[in-house]
Amino acid sequence: MPGLFQQIQAGKLWDFHGGIHPPGRKEQTNQKPIAVLPIPDRLYLPLRQHIGVAGQLLVKVGDRVLKGQQLTGADNSMAVPVHAPTSGTVLSITPHTSPHPSALPELTLVLEPDGLDEWRQREPLNFLTCDNLTLLSRIQDSGIAGMGGAGFPTHIKAGLTQPVDYLIINAVECEPYISADDLLMQEAATTIVKGIDILCRLLNPKAVLIGIEDDKPIAAAAMMAACSQREHYYVRVVPTKYPSGGEKQLIQLLTNKEVPNGRRPADIGIVMQNVGTAFAIAQAVLDDHPLLSRIVTVAGDTLNQPQNVLALLGTPVSALLDACGFQSQPQQRVIMGGPMMGFTLPDLSVPVVKTTNCVLAPTAQELPAASTEMDCIRCSACADACPASLLPQQLLWYSKAKDSDKLNEYNLADCIECGACAYVCPSEIPLVQYYRVAKADIREQQREALKAEQAKARFEARNARLEQEKQERQQRNQQLAAARQQQQLASGANTAVADALARIKAKQAQTAPADERNKEQILAERELKKQQARDYQQQKAQQQQAHQATEPHSGQPEQTAATVNTDSKAAAVAAAIARAQAKKAAQATEQHTTEQQVMPTPDTGKGNEAVVSAEADPRKAAIAAAIARAKAKQQTQTENETSAPPAAAGTVDKPTAESNSAAPEDPRKAAVAAALARAKAKKQASAEATEQTAPLATEAVIADKVVADAVVTEDPRKAAIAAAIARAKARKQADSENS
Amino acid sequence: MSFKIASSPHQHNQRSTAHIMRLVALACLPGIAVQAVLFGYGVLIQLVLAIVTAWLSEALILKLRGKPVLSRLKDNSALLTAVLLAIAIPPYAPWWIIVIGTAFAIIMVKQLYGGLGNNLFNPAMAAYVLLLVSFPLQMTQWLPPLSLQSVDLTPLDAVCSIFTHYSCSGFSLPQLQANIDGITMATPLDTLRTDLSRGLTLDESLSRPVFFAFAGTGWLWLNLAYLAGGLLLIQQKIISWRIPLAVIASLFVLSAIATLAAPDTIAGPLFHLFSGGTMLAAFFIATDPVSASTTNKGRLVYGALIGLLVFLIRNFGGYPDAYAFAVLLANMAVPLIDYYTRPRTYGHRPRSELK
Repeated sequence: MPGLFQQIQAGKLWDFHGGIHPPGRKEQTNQKPIAVLPIPDRLYLPLRQHIGVAGQLLVKVGDRVLKGQQLTGADNSMAVPVHAPTSGTVLSITPHTSPHPSALPELTLVLEPDGLDEWRQREPLNFLTCDNLTLLSRIQDSGIAGMGGAGFPTHIKAGLTQPVDYLIINAVECEPYISADDLLMQEAATTIVKGIDILCRLLNPKAVLIGIEDDKPIAAAAMMAACSQREHYYVRVVPTKYPSGGEKQLIQLLTNKEVPNGRRPADIGIVMQNVGTAFAIAQAVLDDHPLLSRIVTVAGDTLNQPQNVLALLGTPVSALLDACGFQSQPQQRVIMGGPMMGFTLPDLSVPVVKTTNCVLAPTAQELPAASTEMDCIRCSACADACPASLLPQQLLWYSKAKDSDKLNEYNLADCIECGACAYVCPSEIPLVQYYRVAKADIREQQREALKAEQAKARFEARNARLEQEKQERQQRNQQLAAARQQQQLASGANTAVADALARIKAKQAQTAPADERNKEQILAERELKKQQARDYQQQKAQQQQAHQATEPHSGQPEQTAATVNTDSKAAAVAAAIARAQAKKAAQATEQHTTEQQVMPTPDTGKGNEAVVSAEADPRKAAIAAAIARAKAKQQTQTENETSAPPAAAGTVDKPTAESNSAAPEDPRKAAVAAALARAKAKKQASAEATEQTAPLATEAVIADKVVADAVVTEDPRKAAIAAAIARAKARKQADSENS
Repeated sequence: MSFKIASSPHQHNQRSTAHIMRLVALACLPGIAVQAVLFGYGVLIQLVLAIVTAWLSEALILKLRGKPVLSRLKDNSALLTAVLLAIAIPPYAPWWIIVIGTAFAIIMVKQLYGGLGNNLFNPAMAAYVLLLVSFPLQMTQWLPPLSLQSVDLTPLDAVCSIFTHYSCSGFSLPQLQANIDGITMATPLDTLRTDLSRGLTLDESLSRPVFFAFAGTGWLWLNLAYLAGGLLLIQQKIISWRIPLAVIASLFVLSAIATLAAPDTIAGPLFHLFSGGTMLAAFFIATDPVSASTTNKGRLVYGALIGLLVFLIRNFGGYPDAYAFAVLLANMAVPLIDYYTRPRTYGHRPRSELK
């Protein structure tokens, strides 16, 4: 079994399902040369003559334009420019009846030719030396769109990056009457082949297949002769059958391949171009002659001289018909395109555009108007004729029922609207018309569905957004509330509770027992201090012994002081005297305080840190400081009570006990006394100062800590500091207990 | 100046429904001629009665439905229904048989279902079944071929017997059915059936005068005439070859196998093909486009189903011939057949691959 390529090379042809054999009637026009029309009075140039979008308008009303000058830009890939077919003046740019089945007005540039036919500057290219990009942009800039009827921008098809096995040149021209491509091949086969050469350069196909129907023997011979030097160009003469010229049908005819549903020919390695397009490419590249005119078959029995004419784009149909001797009949139909797929024109001002291959003005005898539609008898002649293997009678049934699900199930979308079914229908049902309406309905439904879906999505998105905003708002409010609460607690706009808590904490910290892990250390220190105290007492005892020898009354005042101390007022004085007398003990006291100092100093530093951190909130700090001061005052008093006596600890146990019980009675006096005592005990002052600073800072920290505890502290450092402070306190307390 | 707007295509082939219907009716002419010559002129009177009744009923209903009468009468569909029913019933059946049958076919089976193109069942065959079930005696009174008849019948005799139940010379139909020997003769299929039920072998039965060559006397020619008409229709592409071929092939194959298995009780394929209404049904009745399958594959299935049903009813059922029943039963199956035999659309994968 030879491969597909071998079979194609051997000239094998395949067949497609269905098809019809309407009378060709091409002999009206295919024996006469192409006539060149004179330049008409006005040219109507629709800005969009292809499938895609119109380019941006480059000229304005009143401008003089030269032949070949671009009137619209090629500003995006689906835009194909329109050129001035001759030199002249832009008269207006207004809506004008479009060459479209709908005949809806479209924006059209009206050009008044000046008869000079003056060219713009032209720059022919040598396609062998320039790169593909230059070629493609030349093709686009020259305004070339598929000339077979669809008008797809050629540069897109020619610029495919997919590998291409077969380039098929469509010269089938299967519609009755039309012989424009036939004449083009007869007269310009060599130029067409040059155009194919350029396409080959761009697409690099394995083979070029040129499909020509067997009712064009002269054209086929001309093409064969022109291709004789090209090895991989194959001219394939296919049997006359409508619609062999359909893209899918011709692919099946020449390669036995089917374009899969929903795909393009390029997906199976095939690109198809119309023969007229190939000619236009050659002109554009080799002569820099943009697409300004095209060959149009003007046929029908109402014409004296049916023939092919070379018409400038924009020439109104009336000019074409007049040039061929048009004799209008009552109930006249004028068809643009062939009798199978063309559309009737509402008036003759419709211009020739890039896709116009035929203008048909038949008599009523020639192409009888459709008679009344009868009932479908389910003869399925339509199914036998359908080139897409559809079941048109079922589609008709569901089209009438507007059952879009069933229409999809029966693949209405695959209908190419060739008209074969309606042609054979014995009941003369305008099937294609039904399908067009059904397709439009389905498109409309899909658009509606899409719109509804988008609206729904929008609505849901809006709801989601509102919900999110609500959530965010709530969250923000919660956060703000929490922050406010925190701030309130932190700044202690001070609630009595927080105050009380702070006080309790401070008290607890003072009375808290020493940490378990410090117990041994504390015990050891205590032991050491006891030892020191014993040493000191021993020393003192020795000194006293020496004193007693020199000053026999030295113990006397103390005795008296002790007795006087019964009076609370005198307690401080007594203490001061005691301290003054214990000047000699200062040495020992200093030793004692130094030891104490060693521990508190680092605490002080830490305490300062805590103070600094507390200062972040000055108000808080101030309050804390105030509390601390108050506390410190209290503390000082107790300190004084506890720290002052150590001087006389050993010697005056009794007065100390006395002052301890007496001092609380009048704390103010006690403080004054203490101050006096401090002033007098200058040497002790420094020691006292250190002792005072430490607690002050410590108290501040504690106050702070209490607040922090209430708010749930997250600073482990603070906790550590607090712990250290607690330890220091405990130690101090232990000392005071000790002493 | 305004021009006539029309939707493409602007060209149309010149074959209309009326044309098709007329061609089918014309293709019946050889068969009608053979029947008239070999079985007497009763068939012509039946045709006239049927056509008149059909037109009148159609016109009446169209009028009632508010549809244009003349244009629809011109589509020849009522004419064709009348022709098919007229040539299917016994040629000397009483006049009211054909009138009732045709009126029923047009009014009940066709128009009440929505007119042309909307009827589920073949109108002629539905009417035939109605008549066969309602008037079994009248519907089985087939006269033997003229050559076997004891009394010569003139065209006038045909008119008399159809309208008065007696020929002009006063013979009743049962009397006319009797042959020269006074033995009542029925159709070959009837005769064979009766003989087989009486315990005769196939060969013994086929030796009777009602049989000729491998089929019935007269009936062979009648079937050949319809075959010719049918082939003409196929050649003219009025009907597809698929349904007739499927009917004939399935009947042929089944009877061939059966006759090999039971040579004494089941007749051979040629007997089946050229007896009774085989050719008429295969080419003219089963191919009625409205009630037949519309897909190519479906047509083969549809035809084969008819062949199978005919074979079963003829050999094992209660009726000598069975096309009317077979066609009606197959009509019922058409929507199902059509659904499962949709062709693969261009560019789509075969349905089997999709599932």
